[in-house]
Amino acid sequence: MRTYHQLTDPDRSGLADQIGAQRKRVAERLAGVRRIVAVMSGKGGVGKSYVTAHLARGLARGGRTVGVLDADLNGPTIPGLLQVPHTAQPPAIGLDGVKCISMGHFLDAGAPLAFRGPTAESFVWRGAMEASALREFLGDVEWGSLDILLLDLPPGMQRYIELCDILGNPPPVLTVTIPTPESRDAVRRAMRAAVDRGSELLGIVENMVGGELKGTAGDELAQEFATPVLTRIPWHPTPDTWNRLAAQL
Amino acid sequence: MKFLCVECDQQMAFGERQLPGDGTLAATFKCPKCGRVVAMLTNPMETQLVSSLGVEIGGRTVPAEPFEMVRANVVTAERPDGPTAPAWSVEAQERLSRVPSFVRGMVKKIYADYAKERGITEITPVIMDTARAELGLEGM
Repeated sequence: MRTYHQLTDPDRSGLADQIGAQRKRVAERLAGVRRIVAVMSGKGGVGKSYVTAHLARGLARGGRTVGVLDADLNGPTIPGLLQVPHTAQPPAIGLDGVKCISMGHFLDAGAPLAFRGPTAESFVWRGAMEASALREFLGDVEWGSLDILLLDLPPGMQRYIELCDILGNPPPVLTVTIPTPESRDAVRRAMRAAVDRGSELLGIVENMVGGELKGTAGDELAQEFATPVLTRIPWHPTPDTWNRLAAQL
Repeated sequence: MKFLCVECDQQMAFGERQLPGDGTLAATFKCPKCGRVVAMLTNPMETQLVSSLGVEIGGRTVPAEPFEMVRANVVTAERPDGPTAPAWSVEAQERLSRVPSFVRGMVKKIYADYAKERGITEITPVIMDTARAELGLEGM
C-alpha cells in the first residue's frame, strides 16, 4: 500500500496551499514594518507589558511610527496601558499615537478568553486556536508603514515558538527581568530558548530596581549571554527613562 | 489527510463537505477508478482541531475575512458558546443530589457537557444512564 507522500494527485482541499496562503498574507502585511522586536521574559509579573507600552510611547515621542501587538491573549493589558477605548477597531490608536492590536478588542469587558467549541478535550485544540489568533493578528492588521512593531509576549515560551513558526524567522528579542534570582533562573531558560531558535538578543531591561526586590539578575544574564543591560527601570520611572531606552533601539 | 482506494491503488478525490451544525463534519471521497465513495466523519473535537488551523476541508470558496477565526470563535455576549445549558428534570436533580458533594460539581459538568455536545435540551435519568455507559462513569 502506498504511503502519504507517495500520493501526489492534486488535493481539492489544498490544505498545504491554504497554510501557504496564510504565511504569504502575514509576510505581505508585515512588508511595511521595518523592524519587529519581541519583548519577552520567561517569568510572569516582571512588567513586560508595562515596559512594552512605555517603550513604544518613548519610541513614538522620538518620532518613530510604532505598533504594539499584544500577544498575551489570555491577559491582554496593552489597550489599558495605551488608554485605547475597549470598543476601538484594530489597529487602535493609543497614547502618543502608538497603534495596537489586542485580544482585548474582541473580548467583553472583564471576560476571560474562551473559544466556542466542544468542552471535552479542549486542551487538544485550544493551543491551535491561540496560535491561529496570533496569526490573524499578524496577518490581518493594516498597520501601514511602521518603523517598529513591538510584540508583547506572555510569560513562558509557547507564544514565542508560535511566533517563530508564523513569521518564518525568529524575531530579535528584548528581554525583561526583575533583579531577583528567581527571575534570573526563569528568564535564563527563555533566553536560552531564544538563542537556540536563532533570535538576536538586543539586550536586557531590568525592571523594578531600587525597591524591595534584591538581586543582580540583569548583570548576571548580561554576562552569561554577552548582551547589554540597556536600562534599569526604577519603581517610579519618568518619561525620560523610557526615552533613553527608546534611543537605544 | 488523503484517502487511498487500496483495491485500485488510486488516490480518492474529495467529493463534498457537510456541516450538520452539531460540531461534526462529514466529507466524502470518491475513487476515480472504481467509483467507490467513502465518508470521513469527524467528532466535534476533531472538527474543531481542523477549524483552529484556519483551513477548510474541501478548499476555500471565498477568501478569508480579517480576523475571521477570532470573530467567529471567541465567546462574547453576542456569540455565546453554542446552545444554552441543558435543563435538569426533577428526577435527574434528585439523582444528582445523591452524588457526594465533593464531586457533585464535576459530575454535573460531565453530564451537562455530554448533553450540550449532543444537542440534548433536558437531562433525565435515562440520559444520565446513557452518558454513564458511553463515558464509562460507573458509580456516578
